[in-house]
This record gives sequence, C-alpha cells and structure tokens, in this order.
Amino acid sequence: MEIPKSFLGYKRENGRAGTRNHVIILPVDDISNACAEAVANNIKGTIALPHSYGRLQFGADLELHFRTMIGTGCNPNVAAVIVIGIEPKWTKKIVDGIAKTGKPVEGFHIERTGDIGTTMKASKKAQEFVMWASEKQREECPLSDLWISVKCGESDTTSGLAANPTVGNLMDKLEPLGVHLCFGETSELTGAEQVCATRGATKEASEKFMKTWSSYNDFILKEATDDLSESQPTAGNIAGGLTTIEEKAFGNFQKIGNCKFIDVLEPAEEPTKGKGLYFMDTSSAAAECVTLQAAAGFNIHLFPTGQGNIVGNPIEPVVKLTANPLTVKGMGEHIDCDVSKILSREMNLSEAGDELIKTTLRVANGRLTCAEALGHREFVMTKLYRSA
Amino acid sequence: MATDIIIHDKKDNVGVVVIEKIIPKQDCACWIMEDDSSTNIQSVDEIPLGHKIAMVDLKEGDTILKYGHDIGKVVKSIKKGEHVHVHNVKTKKW
Repeated sequence: MEIPKSFLGYKRENGRAGTRNHVIILPVDDISNACAEAVANNIKGTIALPHSYGRLQFGADLELHFRTMIGTGCNPNVAAVIVIGIEPKWTKKIVDGIAKTGKPVEGFHIERTGDIGTTMKASKKAQEFVMWASEKQREECPLSDLWISVKCGESDTTSGLAANPTVGNLMDKLEPLGVHLCFGETSELTGAEQVCATRGATKEASEKFMKTWSSYNDFILKEATDDLSESQPTAGNIAGGLTTIEEKAFGNFQKIGNCKFIDVLEPAEEPTKGKGLYFMDTSSAAAECVTLQAAAGFNIHLFPTGQGNIVGNPIEPVVKLTANPLTVKGMGEHIDCDVSKILSREMNLSEAGDELIKTTLRVANGRLTCAEALGHREFVMTKLYRSA
Repeated sequence: MATDIIIHDKKDNVGVVVIEKIIPKQDCACWIMEDDSSTNIQSVDEIPLGHKIAMVDLKEGDTILKYGHDIGKVVKSIKKGEHVHVHNVKTKKW
C-alpha cells in the first residue's frame, strides 16, 4: 500500500497540527469542577475536563499536576482554553504555561466572586472562543505532524498474537516518515524489561529505561501485599487466557514493532528530541496512561484490546483495534478496526497494518472514533503520593 | 486446512487456541509463526479461544516459553495437550 503523505489537520499558532478542534474548560482543582461544567453546559461545543485533584499537592506530585494541566491545554487538538481555579496563583501559572503556544487562553478564579459570577464571566469568554474556533478549517498537513501514542488494555493472548503486532507493523511503516511515536506502561513490561532495554537507540536511552523500570518495580514490591495476581494480570486478562505478567509483557511489547526508542520521558513530558519513538514512564491503567500521553502533545492514540477495553479521552481520539472475534461480535460498537482475520490467517500482519494506517488517517482527518461517538471522555490525572 | 492453534516461536512449549474452543481428543492443526511451519497435537482438555495448550509434557519447576521467552514457572505438572493457565503456572516476578 502506498501510504498517503498528508492528512487534514488544524494548524496551530506554534507550528503543531491538531486532529481535533476542541475548546476546553479546564478546572485547576477538584472544587472548580462544578463551575467548569456549568460553563461547558452554557456554551455548546465546549468540553469541561473535570478531575479529582489539584489541592495541597507538593513536590514532584504537584509538578506532574501542572505538567498535565498545561500539557493538556497546549495539545494541538485544543484550539482554545478557559482555565478555572479556586485561587488566582495556580490558575495563572497554568494560563501562562498554555499561553506560550500562542493559542487563546483565559483564566478565572472563583474566590471573591463565587461560582455564579465566575460562570457568567467565563461563559462569555468561552462563547467568544468557541465561535472563533468554529471558523478554523482543516488544511493539508504533512504526515509527520501526527504524534501517535499507543497503549493496550483488557489484553488477552489475541493482543500479543495479532492486535499489538498490527500496531508494531504500523510503527515500522510510519516511523521512517517522520512521525512521533510513544509507548508507556512501565509495570506492564515486567518480565520483558531486559529485552525492552536492548531496544534503546542509545546506551543512555537503554540505561534510562532500566532505571525507570527498576524504580517502578521497587515501588510495586514495597507496596504489594500479594503477588498482584488480581491487578497484573487483571481478571479480564486471565479470562482471555493470559497467565502471568511476563506473558502479558511480551505481548504488550509487540506494539513497538522493530523500532528503537530514542528517549525516556517523565509522565506527561513533551518529547524534545525530534521524530521517532519515545518511552514514557506511565501507569498501565488505560485512562491514566492516555491522559499523560495527550498531555505530552500526542494527537492521536492507537489502543489494541483483547477482551474489550472501552476507554476514550476528551482531547485525543482513541482508535481501538482488536483481533478477538468474540469481542468484535459482542461489542463491535467499540471497535474501529477489526483485525480478527489474522487469527484465521485470512489476513497477514502487513495487511492488518495497512488497514490500521487507513483507519488512523480517517480518524486524523475527522472521522469520529467509536469512543468519541459513545461519549468516552476519561480524563484521569496520575497522582504520585498523598497530598499535604 | 484451518489453523486451530498458533505458536509464536519454535522454541515455545505452549500454543494458543485461535478457534472458539477445542474439545478433548481433538486433532488440532498448529501453525508456528516464526518459521511458517506446521505441526499437530491432540488435545486432552477442552480449551477456549485465547487459552494455552501444552505442546510437551511439563513438570513442576519447568519454565514456560512463549514468544521464545520465559513467561513463568510450572507449579503443577502438565501433560502434553492439557490446558496451561493460572492453575498450573505462576509468575517468576512479584
């Protein structure tokens, strides 16, 4: 298949391109959710991103909170942002971070005004932003403007046999064309960590990966009260035939094909070493991982599933694929790309990779994903430890 | 002939059922992805889609190989053709 050289995206002020054109209402903290949701309810075409945190965090955990908030606002799938927090200082910090992209952003704080007054002021600005954004047109953008993140979920053995290798095939075909790629799921590489480390493009990348993995594994061993057999693998994984974390890890690892990773990113850290594959230190929980990847600037997500994970994200479209024929049959409304014919050997891996590239480009050009059509907007912040 | 079981790597001692299920004493056609070769096995247990079958006899302490790599240890002996899962295999991690 000849791979198209471009897609239709929204060009942003900082040179990036979006696959979506969202106007978001971003609460700084948990107690500002009500106001953010009121604004999004008033002004059609905007989306509120409620979440559970943002108060009394400190240290690395607070830094991650800001990185996730600012990164979400900066994502090129977002045209403009309203930030609402209880206090002015942290609200302004997030507004200033997003403003560096050059996109319209304005902050509002609730203290001294209350929810109703803030909702009114923020709604007026949100209306202005959404009407401005609605005139943005899709333009031809080079394929290298795609930043593709990947993460699998509710995996089973069909994931490792077919759906994950399909993503790997896509990576092998798109990496030479200059796209950015990102995989994560630190704990879910356990058992395959040594093999994964050999895939660092440089000695530094390999060493950084092992350091990151070891640190996560030490944390798990410290907190574990059993062998994690109910979380890794999950009951869904086990029902699907996965027996151990090692088996899951080798299946997971198929997603990167033959690519080598050029750097290891902190959670929600924007890659800065140019095109190519990056590893990000993330949880293996679907919504947390996708939220971090979106906050790092990735504009389209590929999500292979076995038993049928249904996750979506409010700003980064999540394309689902599966090779499990029972999942296609039972919950087809969640599956954007069916590669189950690999198992019956009516389709080979390269054909499946081509199908996934076609689906990815249709979604990049604007076709809604199943998760978008079904209203999946899971926005889940990663929290590193207890608040003060 | 249709494929009932797929084996990732020729070193593997387990295969994955890729049809809705196999029944006891079924003669199954296996395809080895790595070198595109074929083999056969007769099942002992009923095994559903996605679950693993032992390609050889395995005893306690043996290592299960899949993708050509170590994915855990045998904790209860397994006969060729039997179902391989959490009841007879455990992680070596955690």
